[in-house]
Amino acid sequence: MKLVYFAWVRERVGKTDEDVELPTSVSTVADLVRWLKGRGEEYEYAFENEGIVRAAIDHVHVKPEASVLQAREVAFFPPMTGG
Amino acid sequence: MAVTIRIQTEHFDVTAETARLTAGRADIGAVVAFTGLCRDEGGRLSALELEHYPGMAEAEMSRIATEAQERWPLMGLTIIHRFGMIAPREEIVLVLTASTHRHAAFHAAEFLMDYLKTQAPFWKREHLKDGTVGEWVQAKGVDDLAAGRWV
Repeated sequence: MKLVYFAWVRERVGKTDEDVELPTSVSTVADLVRWLKGRGEEYEYAFENEGIVRAAIDHVHVKPEASVLQAREVAFFPPMTGG
Repeated sequence: MAVTIRIQTEHFDVTAETARLTAGRADIGAVVAFTGLCRDEGGRLSALELEHYPGMAEAEMSRIATEAQERWPLMGLTIIHRFGMIAPREEIVLVLTASTHRHAAFHAAEFLMDYLKTQAPFWKREHLKDGTVGEWVQAKGVDDLAAGRWV
């Protein structure tokens, strides 16, 4: 599965994207965030306020309870500030 | 119906985009144009840097455009969003809506902007006059409230 990061989430994680092999304990976006936070302090920092960071699966906004089992690309980013 | 959605670094021209939207049609009675500009925030900013999520930004703008067409009798719409470095006074975003009468065009343009600001994956970062890179712009609760009006 490909993970992509944007704006300050990207800066905190320290990379634009990565390919990961998910453990079987991960089935939702919330599980994925919990697993990522255990991988290092850069992830801990990026996701320190879990209510803030938004997620999208294959270019569609999703909630933390969404399943990632069929996802090809999961994105994490701050609330949007375009327009 | 003519739907134009573009994400680009280049400038856009409102007059040219309006002409493209109405070309060959004599049944359009109203075109509403909204242009969002970069402010200098009291002289502090040298530029805004706009980052976006390629692929999803286009997809989200298309979804927003489809929803506007389902809600109002539009004859065409255009959404152009720039990215990269944008200086004060330069344009950031354009929304054009065309309809037979003004109400649909006004409402659809406002709806499109409210949803673009809260749903389209773009992020702004400040670049300051003193040459340093400033903060990422924080999302405003007032924008969520504005978008919430249409639910």
